[in-house]
Amino acid sequence: MSATLALPAAREVQSPGRLALRRFLGRKLAVFGLAVIVFVVLVAAAAPLVAPYDPIATSWTAIRKAPSWAHWMGTDQNGRDVLSRVIFGARSSLLAGVVSVLIAGGIGVPAGLLAGFAGGFVDAILSRIVDAMLAVPFLILAIALAAFLGPSLRNAMIAIGVSYFPQFMRVARAATLDAMSNDYVEAARALGNPGWRVALRHIAPNILPPVLVQGTLASAVAILAEAALSFLGQGQQPPAPSWGSMLNEAQQFLTQAPWLAIFPGIAIFLCVLSFNLMGDGLRDALDPRGR
Amino acid sequence: MSGHLGARLAQVIPTLLLVSVLVFGLQQLMPGDPALVLAGDSADAQTVAQIRNELWLDRSLPAQYAHWLGNVLHGNLGYSWRNREEVTTLIAQKLPVTMQLGVMAFTLAVVIGVPAGVIAAVKRNTIWDTLANAIGLAGLSTPTFWLGIMMILLISVDLGWLPPSGYVPLTEDWVRSLATTIMPAIVLGSGIAAVLMRHTRSAMLGALGQDFVRTARAKGLRERVVVVRHALRNALIPVVTLGALELGTLLSGAVLTEQVFSIPGFGKMIVDAVFNRDYPVVQGVVLVTATLFVLLNLLADILYVYINPRLRAA
Repeated sequence: MSATLALPAAREVQSPGRLALRRFLGRKLAVFGLAVIVFVVLVAAAAPLVAPYDPIATSWTAIRKAPSWAHWMGTDQNGRDVLSRVIFGARSSLLAGVVSVLIAGGIGVPAGLLAGFAGGFVDAILSRIVDAMLAVPFLILAIALAAFLGPSLRNAMIAIGVSYFPQFMRVARAATLDAMSNDYVEAARALGNPGWRVALRHIAPNILPPVLVQGTLASAVAILAEAALSFLGQGQQPPAPSWGSMLNEAQQFLTQAPWLAIFPGIAIFLCVLSFNLMGDGLRDALDPRGR
Repeated sequence: MSGHLGARLAQVIPTLLLVSVLVFGLQQLMPGDPALVLAGDSADAQTVAQIRNELWLDRSLPAQYAHWLGNVLHGNLGYSWRNREEVTTLIAQKLPVTMQLGVMAFTLAVVIGVPAGVIAAVKRNTIWDTLANAIGLAGLSTPTFWLGIMMILLISVDLGWLPPSGYVPLTEDWVRSLATTIMPAIVLGSGIAAVLMRHTRSAMLGALGQDFVRTARAKGLRERVVVVRHALRNALIPVVTLGALELGTLLSGAVLTEQVFSIPGFGKMIVDAVFNRDYPVVQGVVLVTATLFVLLNLLADILYVYINPRLRAA
């Protein structure tokens, strides 16, 4: 008689990345946000193919036409198709979201890593500079920078990126200080690794999760800021479409053509909401303690 | 307590000094020579040189900064390039308008945001919680200027209840003043209400799980007393600090709100200055805004110490 010993099934060991992905996918709202962003990116990328009309082509026979089958979102004061302008406008909003965040992260993350890792005098100096920048409300600093640099989408993105870098620096600095208390950093030092290698090879990869969350939430802020700057005439310049500048123009025709104000606003709202939902989902997935 | 406040005060001075460097540095980003811009296209070299001398542009950067800072400390923020009026006078005229709007917006935000956060936390995982969270997230994602335009469309254009733009000072006619500022205040306060709601909900959830709340319930106190007297009082402590940070949002939001509703305040002044390339006004507004923000945060810190018994005792 032979006895068989039933062993418990070995539990599948999952990588932290896979666990985070599973947690993220479990959050319906975050997945909805991601889906909307993917949709907007695809539409913006394929704008010349999907837009029904040329976004800057004027038509004197179609001035301020209400939404219809020919023009789903109506036409503006120059007879331009609003849907086509909203579709092409997504390009400047997304571009501003990505480029501004890259600028802010490009300055803020290395500065935060340096401040946290070096500590002492370097940390004190960098932290005071950041304190001073944070003392100026973000949008006012961005408006002032854009005003001095001159009105254009490029300068608006620089202004937003520079104004927002302190937030990235703070997050990166805090994450660096947190990571430095781990044993693997101590071990890396004990093995004789030079400081720069410990910072770049051992700490930098470990501060990525909070930076990624910050980047996603910052994209929402950057899109709102670009819309605000364009609304104030400091961003994308006409006739090129941008959601903010469309709202600026729409203000003059509120009573005659309310649709001019409705659709670009919905586009901004949906885009920003999606980035916020995705950012919240990413935060919960990457740092379940914060829930 | 005095040590904590002393340390905070000591932090404020270098921060403001660095802010002044930042604001002065803005001028260096300006394309071209300010003297040429001021003198105009037809000016001769002598006039340009004279302007350069008057503005200290012919000195070194540190000398220019020291001169500028000296003037600022004496309350002289320079002159508007557009109408030659003192920037300080212009700011003093516009600031009360924005302050009225700001106070109204912040009051509305607190009145809506804090109770909504409490309800969301007390009724966690119910339809009320979901609803409060959804409205909060929507508030954070809605562009202020678009909300303003939509409210003008609905309330002023369609219903005709309130004027779509303009401003009447409180001292002139308080009823009309409220009628012209209530809609902008709602617009400006909505985003802050959303943030306050999220902070309050999170702080209340933390407080409701604490031992002292369990003890209060065990004593047989009514739920309303437990929530308001015990949990909320403790939850509000971090909300005060986080709420103070929203004052920056308030000042930023005022720029857009005043533009949409044509309110002649501080925010509209910076926009007009940007349009007119009136750089001394832009610099002045940024400097005053930053100083206000730093001082209001200091005030919040003092309040924080005052309402937190542990810090007060220390």
